[in-house]
Amino acid sequence: MAKPTEFRVDVEKALGKTEIRAHFRKAMDTLMINRRNQFPDDAALQALRTQAQAIRANALSKLPELLQQLETNLIKNGVQVHWAETTDEANQIVLGIMQKHNAKSIIKGKSMVSEEMGLNHFLEERGIEALESDLGEFIIQLDGETPSHIIMPAIHKSKEQISALFHEKFPDIPYTDNVDELTASARRILRDKFYAAPVGLSGVNFAVAETGTLCLVENEGNGRMSTTIPPVHIAVTGIEKVVEKLSDIPSLLSILPRSATGQPITTYFNMISGPRKPDEKDGPTEVHLVLLDNGRSRIYSDPELLATLRCIRCGACINHCPVYVRIGGHSYGTVYPGPIGTILEPQKSGLSVHGELIQASSLCGACGEVCPVRIPIPNIINRLRYDSVRKDTENTPTQEAGTRRKSLEAATWKAWSWAASTPSVYNFGSKTATQLRGLVPNNLGAWTSVRSAPKLAEQTLHQQLKTLGVDHE
Amino acid sequence: MSKARANILQRLTAVERPVVDLSARESLSRFDWDKAERIRRFTERMQAVRAEVHQADRANWLDTVATICQQKGLNNLLLSPTTEWGQAITQNAERFPTLKYYERSIEDWKQEMFYEVDAGLTSTLGGIAETGTLILWSSPDEPRTLSLVPPIHIAILETDKLYSTFAEAVQEQGWLEQGLPTNALLISGPSRSADIAQVLAYGVHGPKELVVVLV
Ligand code: SF4
Repeated sequence: MAKPTEFRVDVEKALGKTEIRAHFRKAMDTLMINRRNQFPDDAALQALRTQAQAIRANALSKLPELLQQLETNLIKNGVQVHWAETTDEANQIVLGIMQKHNAKSIIKGKSMVSEEMGLNHFLEERGIEALESDLGEFIIQLDGETPSHIIMPAIHKSKEQISALFHEKFPDIPYTDNVDELTASARRILRDKFYAAPVGLSGVNFAVAETGTLCLVENEGNGRMSTTIPPVHIAVTGIEKVVEKLSDIPSLLSILPRSATGQPITTYFNMISGPRKPDEKDGPTEVHLVLLDNGRSRIYSDPELLATLRCIRCGACINHCPVYVRIGGHSYGTVYPGPIGTILEPQKSGLSVHGELIQASSLCGACGEVCPVRIPIPNIINRLRYDSVRKDTENTPTQEAGTRRKSLEAATWKAWSWAASTPSVYNFGSKTATQLRGLVPNNLGAWTSVRSAPKLAEQTLHQQLKTLGVDHE
Repeated sequence: MSKARANILQRLTAVERPVVDLSARESLSRFDWDKAERIRRFTERMQAVRAEVHQADRANWLDTVATICQQKGLNNLLLSPTTEWGQAITQNAERFPTLKYYERSIEDWKQEMFYEVDAGLTSTLGGIAETGTLILWSSPDEPRTLSLVPPIHIAILETDKLYSTFAEAVQEQGWLEQGLPTNALLISGPSRSADIAQVLAYGVHGPKELVVVLV
């Protein structure tokens, strides 16, 4: 038997961790209930989803123009704009800005794109301290971990684990498992860091082309602190995050937090349109935006896969995924876990890297039903499954398409398709099968390890229908 | 990295653009709530996230703010001396804790700003009833950190600037026509996090307490 892949090994391990699985179950149940409570009126929800979809689809349909408009307006507002084709280029840009200021440390608000860039690791290798300030990110960074959820990065950790971690890393602080006290300690530690930080980094939730504005959604204030206190602010974002108009923002802001955590709105919605003006008394004197492609323009070239780029990273698909809740975020081995990761990661890095994820779906459809911008995630999973075995690989931008194609499997399906579309062969075959039904073995390998073997019926469907007097013509 | 820019734009423009159904895009969400209803909803939402809301009016708001300062045992209060509210408080300074004015660039008094200010008081540009939200625009008089760094934020909201939704506020106040400030901000409660085992904790990075005075 083939050696199990890394993904399978990780899944197997995760399934065995009953305690962590219970955390995920409880957390996801709460998130699902909270979301449902935010949308008591289904018609209103569906209308809002349609609107959010139209806003994002409109932006994508004008993407190159809007990016240029965004750039022009940002420059007019005094923001410096950088473009990066790869994560390495993006990291170099951040490094270059830091070197220019002789900065030895950077404080970060929550940003999934910076995770995508592997920025912390990159900077640390070059002797620069990169400190996370979102409470969840701060906690997992202390433990040398990566986020297990895009909205709640430390969701896999229990209160007891976090208390022990704080005690281990900050021995001077008396041990406590009181959440308020733990939070207060983190506040104190990070306040001092904010005070001294020469550079702050943030992500971007929406970038408004019309006004040259960077919008940030958050609850803690780490985004506000990172973008206000240090003298230099660097924002990093994917090129798909742009929207056309200011009037597009309220609807997106209305659906994002409700879908994500079931809050009517986040504590802070921060709209940044430039660095400190000469007569202003605070705010960074320099603001930079790094626009990252990293495979997005390739996804953009396919009319079906393009829908992936509508994503507003709410995490609702993750919260509702029966696979995610069982295997947790780390098993995916990717930056973005859950259904969005399942469709995004193989498209970004190619089917040979994370292509296996597309098999890890029951296609139950929950993700597609809750997605605030109506991304047909199950259809895209199917499409990627097709891409992985298709022959005409030149017709898809997906990298390493066709690499899962097995000649025996392909020949089998071809034969099946011929038989099924040739009535004489089909009838002969199905009749023979019913007569030989006793020969189906009880042990069918992995399938029967958790199920009983299927039994063929005594009569074919055609025969049964005839007996019932159903006219199928 | 202009090469990256050219390459990215070239790839994006090479694509045949999708046709999009935009009929749903423009709908503007707003509600026909009268003033009392807007105040009721605003208050309910704010209180649900542990913000304090005090009803006052033009005649007695000063008493309300003074009482809040007293009850919270504030040693000092940071504010702008130039706003309508700041002027009135300054004229009645004896009824308030030590008044501090945001008159210098933050670099000149960062230590004090970070560690010695008990509360910041700001005006607001308006409010949103649907979500229980304050609108703040940064300005030379009322900089961004005034509502961010001190552990308590006291905000004064005029009830005739209370809109039903964010979309309505953006339109009615003509944000696009005015041009956005360096930092436009929506605040809907005190700073909070549920990152530790989904238990809500307040005052992670921003103010631990948000106090709204309605006038
Ligand atoms: S795919 Fe949809 S549901 Fe999932 S994170 Fe993106 S916007 Fe949210």
